[in-house]
Amino acid sequence: MILTKEQQAILDGEKGETLAKVMKTLVMYGEAFEAEKLVPITSKYNHLVTSFGLKVMAPVYDLMQQLLDAGVASGQKFSVDPRPLDKNVPANFLQNFVFNKFMYTKQDFYEGQLKELGLMNDDAFTCACYMDEVGNKPQKGEVLSWAESSAVVYANSVLGARCNRNSGIIDIMGSIVGYVPYFGLLTDEGRKATWVVKVQTTKKPEAQLLGSAIGMKVMEDVPYVVGLDQWIGNELNDAACAYLKDFGAATASNGAVGLYHIANLTPEAVELGEGIIAEGAQEYIIDDAELERVKNNYPVIWKNPDAKPKLCFIGCPHLSLEQLKEWTDNVEAALKKNGQKKVTIPTVFTAAPKVLEAFEKTEYASRLKATGVITSYICPLMYMNNPLCKKMPVITSSNKLRTYTSSRYYTDAEILEAITGGKR
Amino acid sequence: MRTFQGRVITPGEVTAEAVVTTQGFNTLASLQMALQFGDKEVKCGDQNNEELHGKPLIGKALCLPQTIGSTTGGLVLYCACSLQKNPACMLFANHIDSLAAAGAVLADVWIEGVSMPVVDSLGDEFLQYVKDGMKITVKADGVVEVEE
Repeated sequence: MILTKEQQAILDGEKGETLAKVMKTLVMYGEAFEAEKLVPITSKYNHLVTSFGLKVMAPVYDLMQQLLDAGVASGQKFSVDPRPLDKNVPANFLQNFVFNKFMYTKQDFYEGQLKELGLMNDDAFTCACYMDEVGNKPQKGEVLSWAESSAVVYANSVLGARCNRNSGIIDIMGSIVGYVPYFGLLTDEGRKATWVVKVQTTKKPEAQLLGSAIGMKVMEDVPYVVGLDQWIGNELNDAACAYLKDFGAATASNGAVGLYHIANLTPEAVELGEGIIAEGAQEYIIDDAELERVKNNYPVIWKNPDAKPKLCFIGCPHLSLEQLKEWTDNVEAALKKNGQKKVTIPTVFTAAPKVLEAFEKTEYASRLKATGVITSYICPLMYMNNPLCKKMPVITSSNKLRTYTSSRYYTDAEILEAITGGKR
Repeated sequence: MRTFQGRVITPGEVTAEAVVTTQGFNTLASLQMALQFGDKEVKCGDQNNEELHGKPLIGKALCLPQTIGSTTGGLVLYCACSLQKNPACMLFANHIDSLAAAGAVLADVWIEGVSMPVVDSLGDEFLQYVKDGMKITVKADGVVEVEE
């Protein structure tokens, strides 16, 4: 890698040992990808994936403390993934005991570190930081040092920003030196599609199911998806963005996708058309049968596959304001159809604190509350990490949550029926 | 014995028993529970990976195509190394992915006294040949010896 004089000076220790190690980390990281240089980060804000004060992650907090003690925190502020705990989310005495005494014992300490390192504000805890209400929405072409797979894939694909799939810790280190290595999804070449995915379904495919299928097939490659615009349109409106948010999260968690292109919809696909497809791209056809095959192959790890669900999570990644409204309408209608007044399975909708604040100001909030649905700002994954929660039969419409936990995936329509007393 | 030439990501030499997956290794899903709840064997917790689920990973030569999943993967790997609950080495058939690279580099730069050699680009033939239980020796120059 060829460094500037300034970068070399940092690496040589002229600005202290800690900063030299940060630079060494980024240089070694970049050299693993044949990066020839470091480029400046140009986004206003960063986004970090590590939001949880888990006891076992003590080595991470020790490293953060080294950075703080050396005074190397940069001026770039950041948002961070959701908090793990909220007393409003149903949990019994023992579950709470494990949460508070064994698991997230370092939460307050770590949040203190985040504030010192440059957290945007007390509400900046969400995986969907690009929501207008949250305000961390990079522009097309901006270079980021983000982590959080669902946020990276959204920023790259829907916003046209440029970011590699950085790990936690690398995210803050980029901010500290102000540079990231130039490779992969930062480059024009790296953003070319090496898969053409043809969507040939007879109805609108479920976002997280489609994303799962594509993620598992292409792994970390870049897919160019044809035929999806007929279902979600060729305008990046609220509905399309929400769909792509969920779709992308599934591609990134079920596989390792950092960027996708949707023909006639996402910025680079619109700008470059099929010119964004690399020579020799492979093909993957997805029809109704393929989606059914993928769904039927998900392992069910409940001890009793027929157990009555005890909890339902909707909102991984966090819901948008429009999604909260739409779910409110749908839950109300389904309850009425099924002759129920309240949801029959404890149900939690998760969203960013600022999105929930905006939702509370609408007439939908009281309507949703009346259905018995609970709203929260947590990361459902962090909740499900509790082994006592893992044992519970939990259902979700999130394929990302399914991948990492014992929760069982159902489509939006299936979940709606299940939580409103219909058949499952 | 067969030998394969790879590219050194983080240096070191080690001999260990192979544990193999031909699927993407989901680092978070595989390690989180084991690390969190003190599993001494660090058994793989990824229910989506039939090849590895339930198998001990600590001190093994983990042979894989690449890692996938959450961007916490790198720091999970870093924590595993810090807690000395890591595989003995990680041997990638493909080019290493960004999350595993981050974890390996973080461990190499920031942890004293812990070595986890990582070699990539060993090729598809490596992953087709190596099987669970085979004896793996990793050399400093990225040569990987595989004995039945």
